[in-house]
Amino acid sequence: MTNSSTKNKVLWAIVTVLVLLYALFPVASILATSFKAPSDLTSGTFLPTSGQATTSNYEQILVGNAQGLFLSALRNSIGISLIATFIAVVLATLCAYAIARLDFPGKGLVLTTALAVSIFPVISIVTPLFNLWRTIGLYDTWLGLIIPYLSLTLPISIWTLAAFFRQIPWELEQAAQVDGATSWQAFRKAIVPLAAPGVFTTAIIAFFIAWNDFVYGISLTSTETARPVPAALAFFTGASQFEAPTGAISAAAIIVTIPVVLLVLLFQRQIVSGLTSGAVKG
Amino acid sequence: MTSAVPAPPANPTSSPDSTPSVETRSTPGKKAPKQYSERARAERRLGWLLAGPAFVVMLLVTLYPILQATYESLFQFRLTAPDERQFVGLGNYGVILTDSVWWRDLGTTLLITVITVAVELVLGFALALVMNKALKSVRGVLRTAILVPYGIITVVSAFAWFYAFDINSGYVNSWFDWLPGIDENLNWFAQTGTALFVIMASEIWKTTPFISLLLLAGLAQVPDELSEAAKVDGATWWEQMRKVIIPNMKAAIMVAVLFRALDAFRIFDNVFIMTNGAYGTEVLSLLAYRQSISRLEIGLGSAVSVLLFLCVLIISFVAIKLFKVDLAGTQGGKG
Repeated sequence: MTNSSTKNKVLWAIVTVLVLLYALFPVASILATSFKAPSDLTSGTFLPTSGQATTSNYEQILVGNAQGLFLSALRNSIGISLIATFIAVVLATLCAYAIARLDFPGKGLVLTTALAVSIFPVISIVTPLFNLWRTIGLYDTWLGLIIPYLSLTLPISIWTLAAFFRQIPWELEQAAQVDGATSWQAFRKAIVPLAAPGVFTTAIIAFFIAWNDFVYGISLTSTETARPVPAALAFFTGASQFEAPTGAISAAAIIVTIPVVLLVLLFQRQIVSGLTSGAVKG
Repeated sequence: MTSAVPAPPANPTSSPDSTPSVETRSTPGKKAPKQYSERARAERRLGWLLAGPAFVVMLLVTLYPILQATYESLFQFRLTAPDERQFVGLGNYGVILTDSVWWRDLGTTLLITVITVAVELVLGFALALVMNKALKSVRGVLRTAILVPYGIITVVSAFAWFYAFDINSGYVNSWFDWLPGIDENLNWFAQTGTALFVIMASEIWKTTPFISLLLLAGLAQVPDELSEAAKVDGATWWEQMRKVIIPNMKAAIMVAVLFRALDAFRIFDNVFIMTNGAYGTEVLSLLAYRQSISRLEIGLGSAVSVLLFLCVLIISFVAIKLFKVDLAGTQGGKG
């Protein structure tokens, strides 16, 4: 028994290491690249040559000559993604509440629409928007990205939240009212604490999706006023014309990965349950 | 639909000319259904009041653009020469569908879709099994690790893989130079096959976690008693998989495959970053982008967009009708 459980533990240790390698190797790879000096880039090794590791790439994008480019892109990405997430979650919360709690015709239509929108090819939306935004002055503005981002964040928010809300024991609300609470009190004290985790998880998932966008970012912006990080990375050029931007791009890539890793570390359980909700109880 | 406008009074009791005697006599009996229907109506109104904004926004950001694209696809129209806009009917579609570029790009897109989805299904299933069976102590670590590729920006993933394989900054050539065909002079991004290999590797790495989470959800639905019973009956691991587990999670597998296939069909970021479509790696999304955003050929670009949209519709339709994929059922309908 002890023998087989030790064997079991060793086996699981190996499996865990393999999964960790799979999941983290590309991140480690770009992390290593971000510390390479320009002269060290062609060394053909994974790690920077010892003694030559440098933080100059980070300096370049945070305080150096690429600062304007990167920091404005970072500000755009954070601002636009947060606003798009917020709007999507508010609209989706109302919508999912109605779907989970109320009986009205067209419920299925709303859910089917959300599904259809989520499989919609982004590039098919971009061409007409590109033209329209230029005409009405939304091209290269925050609002010009926030609106199309809703096509990415809203459908998944509705599905995730509807699944969450269906699991809430709504009888608690009536029970609280029977106990003398007003309907607002009942909602606030009994329902909000149960619904909040679902709303929060949905917000994380929606934020990931907005944060990840590239097609809208490169098509609907042209300058630092609204260009988000993924698009900015694609148009990054080196410190000089003769220098590849490899190091700077890697450093920027690591910086925009930090929020993702933090959210994942803190909320892995919620994110997993959010992504699988509806299929798995709890 | 039935939203803001209250329905006309359909209840006969509310008509003024009904005799008072009848009304008083049957008040309790008739009032109840009337109240009920009013409450139901109020509920409908509230339902659409709450769900309406999200519904309208979704239509505005997708239905409107695709209609606009359909309209614009009927014109020969270049943004740099707005005065030369000319109605050409289905001409743009004719131009595209008779051009070998469209068919080559469609082939590349389908190839990427089929290979990535097949690999991801196997890899994702393995990961799902691992997460499902994992000891409590490592479960959290595994989930956290898996979610990193899920949350990472696709463009970041593209750069990570690109720099690893790149002939100048990469280390893959020097690591694997003992393999036939790989040496320090191999430029991965200068041939179709090798470039597609790296593009697909990045795509697979980034999106397998999503498919594995959907499959994990499916695995959790397989009743434990079934696999236990099979085990007692002496079934091997493979038999358990084939006869018990997989048949019982068919719905989840179908949904995962369809979702990923549609997503892979729209692939753009990885290709744009690594090759920008050079050396025969162009995909349909990139073709649409190149026409409308780079060349400002709005008419042609719109036509490509519409065709791409039709392809997605056809794939979904075939999957739903032919393979009976019940998207609504598995993705939250039963929650």
